[in-house]
Amino acid sequence: MNTRQESITTGPASAAFVAAGIGCAVLGLFTTLAEASTGIKDFLNWWDPGGPLTGKTGMAVIIWLIAWIVLHQAWRNKSVDFGRAFTITLVLIGLGAIGTFPTFFQLFAH
Amino acid sequence: MSFTDREFWTVIHGMGFGAIFLLAFAGGLAGLWSFRPEYVTIAGLHERLRRLLAGTWIMAIVAWLTVISGTYKAYPWYRANPPEGADLSDFPRSRLLADETTAAWHHFGMEWKEHVAWLAPILATAVAFVVMRYGLALAEQPAVRRACMVLFVLSFVAAAIAGVFGAFITKTVPIL
Repeated sequence: MNTRQESITTGPASAAFVAAGIGCAVLGLFTTLAEASTGIKDFLNWWDPGGPLTGKTGMAVIIWLIAWIVLHQAWRNKSVDFGRAFTITLVLIGLGAIGTFPTFFQLFAH
Repeated sequence: MSFTDREFWTVIHGMGFGAIFLLAFAGGLAGLWSFRPEYVTIAGLHERLRRLLAGTWIMAIVAWLTVISGTYKAYPWYRANPPEGADLSDFPRSRLLADETTAAWHHFGMEWKEHVAWLAPILATAVAFVVMRYGLALAEQPAVRRACMVLFVLSFVAAAIAGVFGAFITKTVPIL
């Protein structure tokens, strides 16, 4: 924890936020894909009682964490363009919100 | 007065974790808003950082507990398939779908709630990490601090949608 006022780059924040956006977008993607494809829906059925929701959310969490580790390693000591990174974050979250909205993903129901 | 095992877990999932989540959100958002050198002294920033860390991490942890308990405890009970001739009152999803006047509670309400809820802990964890990582330096990074507030609010909105639909669905077809 940084308890001293010291210069700190925007890299760690950018990595955390963009990765979170990726996690959200992946959840939206798999939610929609599961609706469109029986094969993907079956693949995402990681635990029968919970059904494909377990795989959709499991994939989102796994990819989120991997993205975070990769981005943090790449950006932790860099001053990334934070405005651009945050814009990307919001777009990804928006995609995730759309992809998890029933009126949207049910359009792809097979 | 007693709860069944299932009622207990749905109360914990919705009301227990939900109440803590709301309190943590309120405290965390207020803390993020006021975490500025123009509002407080250096000593004040030190003091507020502790509460900010607590608020953001409690919200993140509780959000995870909520979605995990929902997906792996309450949701399986909700979506269980009834055997032939069973009383549908013990099978909430099937009961909702059996009546066209209530089917939308599942097709829209539950389908939205079960997915959008998972955005909350992901976003809340990102905010909690940034607060921890930047600490006092967050007060000197207004863009990062504002971004934290935006994601914190979005996390709350995702959880609120899930919570509202959860409450309505439980009212309509309680898990007994």
